[in-house]
Amino acid sequence: MISSAVIFSALELGCVYALVALALFLSYRVLNIADMTTDGAFTLGCAVSATVALAGHPLLAFPAAMAAGACAGFLTAFLQTKLNIPSILAGIITNTGLYTVNLAIMGFSSNVNLMGKDTLFTLVQPHLGAVYKLLPAAVITLAAAVLLVLFLMTRLGLSIRATGDNPDMVRASSINTAFTITVGLCISNALTALSGAVLAQYQKTADINLGTGMVIIGLASLIIGETLLPRGRLWVKALAAVLGSILYRFIIALALRMDLPSECLKLISATIVALAIGLPAIKAALKPATKGGRDQC
Amino acid sequence: MLTLRNISKTFNPGTVNEKTALSGIDLHLDKGDFITILGSNGAGKSTLFGAIAGSFVADTGSIQLDGRNITNLPDYKRSKYIGRLFQDPLKGTAPSMTIEENLALAYLRASGAHFPFSMITRADRQLFREKLAMLELGLEDRMDHPVGLLSGGQRQALTLLMATLVTPKLLLLDEHTAALDPATAEKVLDLTKRIVGENHITCLMITHNIPSALNLGNRTIMMKDGRIVLELQGQQRKDMTTERLLKAFREQGMENDRVLFSAE
Repeated sequence: MISSAVIFSALELGCVYALVALALFLSYRVLNIADMTTDGAFTLGCAVSATVALAGHPLLAFPAAMAAGACAGFLTAFLQTKLNIPSILAGIITNTGLYTVNLAIMGFSSNVNLMGKDTLFTLVQPHLGAVYKLLPAAVITLAAAVLLVLFLMTRLGLSIRATGDNPDMVRASSINTAFTITVGLCISNALTALSGAVLAQYQKTADINLGTGMVIIGLASLIIGETLLPRGRLWVKALAAVLGSILYRFIIALALRMDLPSECLKLISATIVALAIGLPAIKAALKPATKGGRDQC
Repeated sequence: MLTLRNISKTFNPGTVNEKTALSGIDLHLDKGDFITILGSNGAGKSTLFGAIAGSFVADTGSIQLDGRNITNLPDYKRSKYIGRLFQDPLKGTAPSMTIEENLALAYLRASGAHFPFSMITRADRQLFREKLAMLELGLEDRMDHPVGLLSGGQRQALTLLMATLVTPKLLLLDEHTAALDPATAEKVLDLTKRIVGENHITCLMITHNIPSALNLGNRTIMMKDGRIVLELQGQQRKDMTTERLLKAFREQGMENDRVLFSAE
């Protein structure tokens, strides 16, 4: 039913999008911030990567995209920590502004085509054979996951984790939350942009709408991963995000196999995320009221 | 070590909720001083700690810590030198991080590891294990457990350890045993006494328990309406009894159920 081509493609895309799941693991789970910059930062990564690759520097495209993503994260953090804009709104503001920026990067065209141009994948194709797409994507994602976990064990990483975990504690300790939130959002959006950058070269095209709904896709992957591996230390959690992303791509591939129109996918992702995050409340509501505590409300 | 000069703070000035929480506080601590602070609710005890820790900027006055003027230093910079424990044992530790990670956070920040990417070493881990063993709570064998699994008393003991892992210039204890059951409270108080004593930490402790206010430390102050109304030290403090201090409370019009209860 599922051909090896489908499996390969799901693995490849799973690895590419896993970077978004890792980014959201950092912003949503570690920092406890729902970062709406994600969609725009993903497209930003695509746009920068495609434009730089088009100019003949496919490898330079990745650090460039990550730097651009970090700038977007910095802006959101600045709006949130210095101008006291609520974090969700701060992300939406950056995201909205990024639409124009992304168009501008692509020369005010809604897409950039890399056909016939060198990309990371065409560069390694002669050496790697059949896995020329999977291997680079997997290496990038695993390297990012390892570096992220190691970073979270450093002094700065521990401070970032405490910032999201116990605001009371952090207020009484020598942690400058404006700084830790800024660093956290810079890193998470750099990862998101890296994901977009790899995708643009993977599919040899960048499109202004590629990032739409990315925050929900990333959250769905993250939650699927957490369902697979609910407990464990940081390594396990990062691995769960990657596995969740891969599994999400398999679910999508299956859905497409069953002739589900691809237009339905966003609705399915949105439903998965709403149900998964709402599950505790749903469970509580379904449970018969005990001791009548909440009945009067 | 610590010198407060004429510290005043009024909250919500010019509104119906105007409240003068501190009014011209002068206080000096020498190195190694351990002051216990008594006073009824709303006397300004916690506000005094807030002023020292930098939770807000005082309206008037200056604060010097170890010869350095910290009056305008933001709280997160002060807390490098000042350890602080709250009544709520959940406030001092990060629940989803492990015991080891919580200690590592405190240790790496306070030990002056300037490099933001520094990590704990095997030697550090051994140090954590030894320090945890001193608590006699068996936590040294649970270093990879999330702190959220610990009891309130265990968390408060861990918070105390984190605050003193690298000896702070000043330790602020804000009724840190009041939310614990009596046996655990006594244990944490013993630990406090031992850790503060062994490391000669300069310390301020708010308590509602008159006997421990008189037994612990070398000085006792009583606050009312944002002022220090009574200060005891030396022979005068040695001669003071719970009964006489209660009488002083009553004379100040500070009698309340909580104080009376704690005195028993």
